[in-house]
Amino acid sequence: MVKQDTSFLTGSTDASSSGAQVNLTINGIAVSAYRNMTILAAANKAGIKIPTLCFFWNLNDIGSCRVCAVEVDGFEQLVSACNNLVQDGMVIQTNSAKARQARRLNVELLLSQHDVQCSSCVRGGNCELRQLANDLNIIDVRFEKQTESFDWPEDYPLIREASKCIKCLRCIQICDNIQASHIWDLRNRATRSSVGVRDATPIKSSLCAVCGQCINHCPVGALRERDDTDRVLAAINDPEKITVVQVAPSVRTSWYEDFGLTFDAAKPQRLVAALRQVGFNYIFDTDFSADLTIMEEGSELLARVGAADKHPWPMFTSCCPGWVRWLKGHHPEMIDNLSTAKSPQQMFGAVTKSYYADVLGVDPKRIFSVSIMPCLAKKHECAIPNMNDACGDPDVDIALTVREMNRLIRSTFIDVPGLVDEEFDSPLGIGTGAGEIFGATGGVMEAALRSAYFLATGSNPDPDAFADVRGLQGWKEATFDLNGAPVRVAIASGLGNAEKLIAAIKAGEVHYDFVEIMACPGGCIAGGGQPIPGKLNFRTTRSNVLYGLDQQNQYRFSHENPSITKVYSEYFGAPLSERSHHLLHTNHRLWSMPNEDEQ
Amino acid sequence: MSKLEVYEKSKAQSLVEGIYSELEQRIQVSALASCPVELTAAFVKMAAAQSCGKCTPCRIGLAQLAKLLDKVLDGQADLGTLALIEETAQSIYYSADCAVGYEAAAVTVKAVKGFTDDFRYHIEHNDCASDSFAAVPCVAGCPASVDIPGYIALTAAGRYADAVRLVRKDNPFAIVCGMICEHPCELYCRRGMVDDPLNIRGLKRFATDHMQNVEPPTKAAASGKRVAVVGGGPAGLTAAHYLALMGHSTVVYEQCSKLGGMLRYGIPAYRLPRESLDSEIAYLLAPGVEVKTGTSVGKDITLAALRQEFDAVYLSIGAHAENTLGIDGEAAEGVMSAVQLLRSIGDDEKPDFTAKTVCVVGGGNVAMDVARTALRLGAAKVVIAYRRRRLDMTAQDAEIEAAVAEGCELLELHAPLSIEAKGGKVCGIKLQPQMISVIEAGRAKPKNAAAAPVIVACDLVLVAIGQSIDTAALASVGVTVERGRISAADNSSLANLDGVFAGGDCVTGPATAIRAVAAGKAAARNIDDFFGFDHKITLDVEIPAALFRSRVYCARSNMGEHVPDNLCGNFDLVENGLLEEEAVQESSRCLRCDHFGLGVFRGGRELSW
Repeated sequence: MVKQDTSFLTGSTDASSSGAQVNLTINGIAVSAYRNMTILAAANKAGIKIPTLCFFWNLNDIGSCRVCAVEVDGFEQLVSACNNLVQDGMVIQTNSAKARQARRLNVELLLSQHDVQCSSCVRGGNCELRQLANDLNIIDVRFEKQTESFDWPEDYPLIREASKCIKCLRCIQICDNIQASHIWDLRNRATRSSVGVRDATPIKSSLCAVCGQCINHCPVGALRERDDTDRVLAAINDPEKITVVQVAPSVRTSWYEDFGLTFDAAKPQRLVAALRQVGFNYIFDTDFSADLTIMEEGSELLARVGAADKHPWPMFTSCCPGWVRWLKGHHPEMIDNLSTAKSPQQMFGAVTKSYYADVLGVDPKRIFSVSIMPCLAKKHECAIPNMNDACGDPDVDIALTVREMNRLIRSTFIDVPGLVDEEFDSPLGIGTGAGEIFGATGGVMEAALRSAYFLATGSNPDPDAFADVRGLQGWKEATFDLNGAPVRVAIASGLGNAEKLIAAIKAGEVHYDFVEIMACPGGCIAGGGQPIPGKLNFRTTRSNVLYGLDQQNQYRFSHENPSITKVYSEYFGAPLSERSHHLLHTNHRLWSMPNEDEQ
Repeated sequence: MSKLEVYEKSKAQSLVEGIYSELEQRIQVSALASCPVELTAAFVKMAAAQSCGKCTPCRIGLAQLAKLLDKVLDGQADLGTLALIEETAQSIYYSADCAVGYEAAAVTVKAVKGFTDDFRYHIEHNDCASDSFAAVPCVAGCPASVDIPGYIALTAAGRYADAVRLVRKDNPFAIVCGMICEHPCELYCRRGMVDDPLNIRGLKRFATDHMQNVEPPTKAAASGKRVAVVGGGPAGLTAAHYLALMGHSTVVYEQCSKLGGMLRYGIPAYRLPRESLDSEIAYLLAPGVEVKTGTSVGKDITLAALRQEFDAVYLSIGAHAENTLGIDGEAAEGVMSAVQLLRSIGDDEKPDFTAKTVCVVGGGNVAMDVARTALRLGAAKVVIAYRRRRLDMTAQDAEIEAAVAEGCELLELHAPLSIEAKGGKVCGIKLQPQMISVIEAGRAKPKNAAAAPVIVACDLVLVAIGQSIDTAALASVGVTVERGRISAADNSSLANLDGVFAGGDCVTGPATAIRAVAAGKAAARNIDDFFGFDHKITLDVEIPAALFRSRVYCARSNMGEHVPDNLCGNFDLVENGLLEEEAVQESSRCLRCDHFGLGVFRGGRELSW
């Protein structure tokens, strides 16, 4: 395993707290700091706020916006606090006349090239530029407005509005350094410098994983998801349609943030009540199909072990469509390492339009299947042409991000704090703790190991026996004994970590049997469809929610989910049955990434 | 009011002149970073600002041209716009009344034609095709992409060995380049926008002069692959060194008795002391490079045999064939080529020029080298005859100045007609006085002046009018040769010979040490890739953080040369290194473009290649 820096994942702001001490003065306050700290970090530690815009902790410190410029005694020019180190004896004024003037003027300049459409912008409520301009009391922009023109395919899951881009370059940094995808690049020159797809490739021809991390790190509304809420509302309002919605595990860790609530005040049951108010007919839990995934993928792993020489190793999880896209794009020779199990979203869709249509006694074509996902790539996944195994229509009609769902709830003017909690509908609303933890990095692996142990030994392990795979490291590994057979597992989250792990596999430096990869750093709790986090340590908070729910769940093993037992006895027979193969598994080669077309 | 006023510059006029001079400085150092279209547009706008406003083409034409170019840059142009730009520029060129208009138009026409692809890319993609962002200008300007801000910071911190190790990550010839590098990096040094470019080579030399022993990095595990390197000059030795570090077994074949190529057989010891060269070569060979000197490929062993025995072959044979004047008397005793003289000195065979008068023909660095060498061999008088003007000489200014300081006479604007001989021995050289004339392809051409030839009496004529590549033997075994050079692809491979690569002077024509090093580095990477490996040359050196500094205008410290009291027989190094105080000040002038400016984006440096 390579040396890891977890500061990005944990949102640490004191990564440089080591080395010699220096003393300085900020705004008249004596501050002590470490020599390798930036002025911003030292001020932050001392509780002094220096405004920033392009800066993002552990990701981007290029000092391009010049908003964090502060005045240092003895220096004629201002110093950007985000990327210049403290020096002993420095006397800093963060709000001197010069600093205030430059900060305000630079924001005015950015506003002159920003298509200010706050009232009709998805980021109107949490735009960093809007907040900053407001805080700076900018009432009048004295420069002529000049926004960048652009041309972007409206049907792509990821939308970029160049006219709103403030060229902070965070999107390039996350795509390069955290996601190893290298889709975005600096384009054009000088005064026309901007961000665009590398080599001017059309986005649809690029190898974009559609992970959406660039959206989550965009300070403004230049990047967003394609909004599909109108299509959902049209189905809700269509009397012929039966609307079924599934809610992914990690949605319950975050959705309430947009309503200013905490988890304690907004349990999953509150979300069910809200979705009922929006008008969905049936509200189910993707936890159910997470459990189903464990049954199928776990059985597949055991089957592959039984025919070890027929399969490439290790086996990769396939539940993250961003990861599947990325692997097909960047390492197409490893496609067969992917489990053939569909993702929980797609399993759910296939079950809904087959088994559940039978249960309801309706034509599956009347069912409009919606998923609420922490994810952007799910929009791509549900639109893969062959994801229509149940009745010929797409198994999942629309995948909404958590942000879209929240906009849908807000546009319905539901009083979320005042709602009375409701349970998920049955039978597809029952999930286990094993299904809950799918939303955190290591969760799929842990859930799989709990059931694999049972399948191998006939008895349940301690449900917390595999807790070693939890936590916010980018690349984790462990070896567990399953009935005398050692199983070497690894977990990576963030495609940059996936790249390192694959390089090590290819170089023969590591050997694993089963590898879980989630495209987003930290897993679905930090997915590209999640609410824009307000705090740096949000990954810890959100994953704690899932592990808490796991502890409280009466079922902690996927194979003990009564709905799972039921659906197998009534419909699928057993994992890997012919019907399972038809509805719950897929062939990853039936669709192509742009690089595969060329082959 | 008086009828005639004594002209005094107004305050505004002085300011304008000041801005012009800063503009000049600025343009010079930022040449690597610009978009060709944006630059053309900026040029046209500046030219328009110079228009007096009398004539249509210049007054209106240049302004409209600027708008059309902006349309291209704004993504609002089509191919029709491009045609209109060209037509407008042509028309301004043909019809403007004075140079303000027609020269601006001429440059625009040249740009539109020369950058057609760039213009089209802008029109089709609303983007710039040029991929050189030159985030760190000095690094972008260095053919070998040496981490210059990094080693300057390490030098400033007194970590000389680390500085040299950092240089050697990209250029193993740190000592040599500290002495003789042409330092193209300094042309682009952003400090030049402030006052003067940094003395980058001076700082490199300071680090190598003061370093403790530097061990080569650890080499990769043996790959089982074998590479033959033909030619032990800077390109070949660089390739061999990095290939050895990558784990490949490497053998260098050198036809001379010692390694170094032109570093030994072209550059005199007073510029590059032999001990320095030898110690650097020892460092380069340390990872286990095998050497076969006195072995000429083509004579002692065939290329076919090498290809048979090795998994890859790298041809880096340099440019060692001498060009001749082709005039009467050239066969006389006492006529010698620069290559011949420097080669025998490289082998420690020093001819005696005591009391001789020597005439050197040529105006390049080699001409200066042989002129100064002649003085050290005892020559009583050295005349350098050159057919163009002194300012047209291709030799670096410092080299010319040093030759003059040591007592060489420059005879500019004199072209050799014939060599005069008595009894088969040189007694003089007949020169035709020249006048400088038209400029063709950017170079001023001389032509015969209406004056009688002159004879310069001399005992020796040293011909230093360039080298060429001895390609005959290679061409006969299937190596493609074009215009006297080996044709190699961008990845150094040869089209029709699988596993054979070539680089350095034999591909580029006579060039500089740093370009040869860059070629050797590229060859090592590409040969490794050819074998199916991806070995990385990397270095884990922590670079001192860039600290924000107040802007203080500070002049550049140059390295001086001392003229020895008695030149005869004295091949000691003539250039003085920077004093410690100078090195400290000079390194503090570095603007740390790896941190300030675009350099900070993507970490400021490549950690490995």
